[in-house]
Amino acid sequence: MEYVIEMLNIRKEFGNFVANDNITLQLEKGEIHALLGENGAGKSTLMNVLFGLYQPEGGEIRVRGKKVDISNPNVANDLGIGMVHQHFMLVENFSVTENIILGSEPTKMGVTNKKDAAQKVAKLSEQYGLNVDPYAIIEDISVGMQQRVEILKTLYRGAEILIFDEPTASLTPQEITELIQIMKRLIAEGKSIILITHKLKEIMDVSDRVTVIRKGQGIGTVTTAETNPNELAALMVGRQVTFKTEKGPAHPTEETLTVQDLVVEDYRGIAKVKNLNLTVRKGEIVGIAGIDGNGQSELIEAITGLRKVKSGKVLIHGKDVTGMKPRKVTESGVGHIPQDRHKHGLVLDFPIGHNIALQTYYTAPISKSGIMDYNKITEKAQQIIKDFDVRTQGPHEPARALSGGNQQKAIIGREVDRNPDLLIAALPTRGLDVGAIEFIHSRLIEQRDNGKAVLLISFELDEVMNVSDRIAVIHDGEIVDVVIPEETTEQQLGLLMAGHADKDKKGGKHRVE
Amino acid sequence: MSNRATNLLVPIVSVVLGLIVGAIIMLVSGYSPIEGYAALWNGIFGDLYTIGETLRQITPYLLAGLAVAFAFRSGLFNIGVEGQLIVGWFAAAYVGVAVELPKIIHLPLAILAAAVAGALWGFVPGLLKAKFRVHEVIVTIMMNYIALHVTNALIRTVSEGGDRTERIFASASLRSEFLENLTEFSRLHLGLLLALIMVAVMWFILEKTTLGFELKAVGFNQHASEYAGMNVNKNIIMAMVISGAFAGLAGAMEALGTFEYVSSKGGFTGIGFDGIAVALLGMNTPLGVVFGATLFGSLKYGALNMPNAAGIPIEIVEIVIAVIIFFVASGYIIRLLLLRAAGKKKEAK
Repeated sequence: MEYVIEMLNIRKEFGNFVANDNITLQLEKGEIHALLGENGAGKSTLMNVLFGLYQPEGGEIRVRGKKVDISNPNVANDLGIGMVHQHFMLVENFSVTENIILGSEPTKMGVTNKKDAAQKVAKLSEQYGLNVDPYAIIEDISVGMQQRVEILKTLYRGAEILIFDEPTASLTPQEITELIQIMKRLIAEGKSIILITHKLKEIMDVSDRVTVIRKGQGIGTVTTAETNPNELAALMVGRQVTFKTEKGPAHPTEETLTVQDLVVEDYRGIAKVKNLNLTVRKGEIVGIAGIDGNGQSELIEAITGLRKVKSGKVLIHGKDVTGMKPRKVTESGVGHIPQDRHKHGLVLDFPIGHNIALQTYYTAPISKSGIMDYNKITEKAQQIIKDFDVRTQGPHEPARALSGGNQQKAIIGREVDRNPDLLIAALPTRGLDVGAIEFIHSRLIEQRDNGKAVLLISFELDEVMNVSDRIAVIHDGEIVDVVIPEETTEQQLGLLMAGHADKDKKGGKHRVE
Repeated sequence: MSNRATNLLVPIVSVVLGLIVGAIIMLVSGYSPIEGYAALWNGIFGDLYTIGETLRQITPYLLAGLAVAFAFRSGLFNIGVEGQLIVGWFAAAYVGVAVELPKIIHLPLAILAAAVAGALWGFVPGLLKAKFRVHEVIVTIMMNYIALHVTNALIRTVSEGGDRTERIFASASLRSEFLENLTEFSRLHLGLLLALIMVAVMWFILEKTTLGFELKAVGFNQHASEYAGMNVNKNIIMAMVISGAFAGLAGAMEALGTFEYVSSKGGFTGIGFDGIAVALLGMNTPLGVVFGATLFGSLKYGALNMPNAAGIPIEIVEIVIAVIIFFVASGYIIRLLLLRAAGKKKEAK
């Protein structure tokens, strides 16, 4: 078989840290080759080596059998290697064509010739079934469409080998299906694809072969048809992974969180949470299932004091905390794993140790009469880093430098370590790999088993079904039904989330009011 | 290249480059760069007197730089240091002439008056930012003009129509016979010590106090700070108040040390604006501000000698000085780029 790309025994070091150690990846012509690894395993580093952004300390790269030295991204472009980045590199208020020609604008007598370029873009779009309008403005088109513009950009520059970096991270299920079609079309047209991902389902769906890396080490390459998700997960994490979260029955007791007739408005004065009622009891996990944008964020922000409450009440242990400052709510025994870990969860420019102290920095023993004892922060951080398996070089490493999964573990460590009576976890596993997800789920269940109340907000049906003891379905700012996971199906939940409340269905009678 | 080597090499290379380009400018204009630089050197380090005067010049730059840097660390751009300095200058001078008290009370009182006046001038933009989200740059610029004209009017009132106040009482003065004798009767005063203490104070607030932890957190990420229960508005106001107090103290240096009076001004002193460059050159750290202020103060004072000793017109001198500072600032940019490149590599892990 002919290899279009061979990366042989690649080694990449950053100082004392070995990001890639002896990794081999061989891409056959016309295949979709998945590159699988946990967050921070070294996938992006390896691809940046291939794309000429980093120079390897060892090993060699061959393109179509010929040894090459990819000293910068232009060399990679000339060799027909194109990269579709996870975070799109597009100018928002430029048109599709303008974005595609940016950096190599074709000119006619000194004037940019957009017309010919647009025709070429349209032709490519048609050839690969991308359905992109060359004249559309980027900010007007959907995320999935923007990604296709990125794909077009590489094709326009003559890429034969496309690298997709976590392409499904920000797509809806519908868009993911479309992307998979597009990838298959690209292969049919003779392209070769490297797919960077940690999602096993995608790999099983589209890839021909899989190369697994773990903690910077090349583990090996397997043929997709001869493997299964369990084996892949084990290879990636280095141990057996259970997909079904182990948990015993819940023993809920008294109410910890009570939300009564809550109304929350957005900044335009439009109600996003409408007369919402909800309870979470000690010793249970209540999952809030719903499609993004149905009032989940506003609900959490109202409970935690980050957003004004229009009317209604929030009670913790029967004590009214409505409209209190975030610190008062926190001190009433609430832990909050925020939805957006970069915006709310972390001060990215602070060391990870400072971030771990973000909720306790003002209390003894860290702060005494207004003076900080940073040694105490370091001690605390070291303990949480150890207990929650946060992979970092230490408490002084900037939070920004940690991988997403480890940032999230640090946040969870911070919140759980305070032993709150109510733990609110908003999208706690977004963007994380199976190992980290398993870890986080077991921590949530552990809190429940310790007699704490847990409120879980998730857009992933799997997660809500696996982890929750009761599921409250939110639609358009209201809880439309509360169901028991064992007595419902994903289809029923899907219908409820879409607003089709089915009152006759079994298991739908557990209303909380 | 190792980190330490870069740290050492970048400033040296950038200063040398600045000197070379400055030399070319003097050559092209028909003046001798050797004479020019000799005059600059002598203007800074020539004898004990010039060294004393150079140190005196550095003093207000230290405090103005601290003021800007402190606000920057809290995520605020205080362009109002100039105005805060002017009100501080007036307040200190006013206390200096209005009453006569024992030195042990009078001097601290005059210094305190300057800090309070500056703090008040910082409080207004801080409050407007916190309560109404009015951008501090706009407010502080306007506050500069208000400070200039209000103090001019007050000076006229206090001096009954004159354009400067009386000399302050000796009990409020920062003058030190010891320092003057040491430096052949330069105007070097005790304010330098105060400024250096303030460098330590800024370091202490930012690195050792709970307030400093909050201020830095708010400076980096207001959303996360709010999530963590910090009072973002209170911190914004505190940052501007402390920044303004540093700036007010810079004014006290002029009122109680260098001039010992305050006169009405036709325009800004420029120290507050140069403070922005001092802070940026020093990467907004207390020690960095010492470096930035030393460079600024030395060049500014040394340059005064160039027209006299080398016959170079003041316009050319100012261009040469600007070029040197420009290159030092570019060195900072080069270092920043190096750091960013290193930072990106780390992220990719």
